Amino acid sequence: MTFPLICFYLFAAATTLAALAVILVRNPVHAALCLVLTFFSAACTWLLADAEFLAIVLVLVYVGAVMVLFLFVVMMLDVDIDPLREGFIRALPVGLLVAAVMLAEMLALIGVRVMDMPVTPDPAAAAGVSNTTWLASALFSQYLLPFEVAALILTVAIIAAIPLTLRHRTGVRMQNPGKQVLVRPQDRLRIVKMVATKPAATSGEAPTP
Amino acid sequence: MINIAFNPNDLVTVLPELFLLGATCAILLIDLFLKQAQRNLTHVLSLLALAVTAWLVWSGSPAQATSAFNGMFVRDAVGTVLKLFILLTTALVYVYGRLYMRDRKLFVGELYLLLLFATLGMMLLVSAGSLVTVYLGLELLTLSSYALVALNRDSVMSSEAAIKYFVLGALASGLLLYGMSMLYGATGTLDLAQIHAAADFSVGGAHRNLLVFGLVFLVVGIAFKLGAVPFHMWLPDVYQGAPTAITLFIGTASKLAAFGMAWRLLEVAMGGLHAQWTLMLAILAAISLAVGNVVAIAQTNLKRMLAYSTISHVGFVLLGFVNATPAGYASAMFYMICYALMTAVAFGVILLLARAGFEAEEIVDFKGLNQRNPWYAGVMAIAMFSLAGVPPLFGFFAKLMVLKAVIDAGQMWLAIVAIVFAIVGLFYYLNVVKVMYFDEPAEKNALPLPADTGMRWVLSLNGLALIALGIGWGPLLDWCNQALLASSQFAR
Repeated sequence: MTFPLICFYLFAAATTLAALAVILVRNPVHAALCLVLTFFSAACTWLLADAEFLAIVLVLVYVGAVMVLFLFVVMMLDVDIDPLREGFIRALPVGLLVAAVMLAEMLALIGVRVMDMPVTPDPAAAAGVSNTTWLASALFSQYLLPFEVAALILTVAIIAAIPLTLRHRTGVRMQNPGKQVLVRPQDRLRIVKMVATKPAATSGEAPTP
Repeated sequence: MINIAFNPNDLVTVLPELFLLGATCAILLIDLFLKQAQRNLTHVLSLLALAVTAWLVWSGSPAQATSAFNGMFVRDAVGTVLKLFILLTTALVYVYGRLYMRDRKLFVGELYLLLLFATLGMMLLVSAGSLVTVYLGLELLTLSSYALVALNRDSVMSSEAAIKYFVLGALASGLLLYGMSMLYGATGTLDLAQIHAAADFSVGGAHRNLLVFGLVFLVVGIAFKLGAVPFHMWLPDVYQGAPTAITLFIGTASKLAAFGMAWRLLEVAMGGLHAQWTLMLAILAAISLAVGNVVAIAQTNLKRMLAYSTISHVGFVLLGFVNATPAGYASAMFYMICYALMTAVAFGVILLLARAGFEAEEIVDFKGLNQRNPWYAGVMAIAMFSLAGVPPLFGFFAKLMVLKAVIDAGQMWLAIVAIVFAIVGLFYYLNVVKVMYFDEPAEKNALPLPADTGMRWVLSLNGLALIALGIGWGPLLDWCNQALLASSQFAR
């Protein structure tokens, strides 16, 4: 057993255990942190397979951005965790049954026919470049059209968010930063010249503003 | 070291899609500066963009199928036919739906933009040459559709429909992707034509089990997008909950795109396994025909009834696939085009009757329509007779061609099932006609017609086209046949 293989088994076990912990721990914050560990361990196995770019993206995007956002939301919502757990035991037999059937199916699919899976040669190694270089050149040459279409899908997401969430509320007092910036001293402040030495003629009279 | 090969001819091949994208971006920017009263400009510009795109599709149609971007995109005759009808039905959505959306305060620029992006997605989907393009085109279409269904966000029905559509649609996309990953695992390529060339479909072939497993997932994904039983659960709720103009879109243009996807995946990529998938589709078709036609009888909501009628018509389209030859696919494509045109009329009349605060979506809303407006009652009757398949209307010949294809394939039992349930289906279509002509109207006054004369003309022409195509259906069928023959030769 070589060292990379030992590492793979360790990382794979960590991934699986962390994924189990995500659904088993009681506290949603702990679950989110376990999910971070799952992503991180998965990224490690990808590194072992020489897919370093994908591994780094997984850590940067999922761990760095998505999960942090997720943690923010979980902490801000202050979820009452006990009612969430109520149906767990009742749903457990059905869940186990579904999981068992799925496991059997996957084993039938993968395990039995594992020998005839074609092993496609690593194109990056064949070209003699790093995984990241190969991925970049493939993305912008062979897969240029799908890459651009993916950009369109993101545009659609932005456009779709506007009619679904934008509401013009009436009677809301809002600041207008443009007007605030353009304000001049004479709009806000009036300097009144007064003679300083004039004695008060009568008491009780209001001073001129 | 990085060798980026770029062929300028690729841009010519994708010119219609490029133009539509450019026009969409231009409309996006122009619409920002328009006031609500000037929104008609967006309407006109969108129609213009669709018309120019259609002209580019038609005029630049190559004699031989050409592929672009390393086989990601294929421009062939099947794509041309489907794209022209997709563009036509999207334009009908704009024309029929404008006043309806304005009455409901949904006449916003995003409506036009999302529909244009969805159209672009459909054009990519029916021209896909690779599993990646299939998936991305499909996502562009469905993501826009989810947002369109949810556009009326103050309606509980619409929101519920959108959530159902989104969750089930995401599940179906996941299943489709799972199937695609198996095809990739078995063949090592994403290119549809290369999958067919590389895969060993023979019994006892090296990766046959994996291919069959992948095929099952593909069929499930396709059946979901088409709305075939038992993957039809989303369809009635989405049809009923969505704004009627959007229902029209989902029922016509996106069904044509789903046909294109089914043909690309099943014939171009997995043609060698047709013995397997024709059996799956035959079962799906038989239960779709049964469930669609029987459950439609019980509906009182016209949009819901048309949803179940869609399910039964999808059964007919799948019958065309059972005969896995170009002639069979041509009959299925002919049927899908026919179905899109017929449904457009039916939803067009619903949109014509609808006013602010009144949906005209119950069958009782059509009571005595003949006394209130004989012309549009007649147009609706033509649509219903055509959907039912009464000769000499368009729908009859479409059914005839599909039945011929099934009998040619030697599946007599399927033809008998189809005929029996088509006769069952007569009941609910003719019920609408009966309600329009023989029931007393709830209000006696003449039907208040919308001010949009353009919509009334187009709707009348669309209705008359069902009669005209019923008499002169030959050229359209020939066109479908030639397109499929030419494209099938290329795909091999």
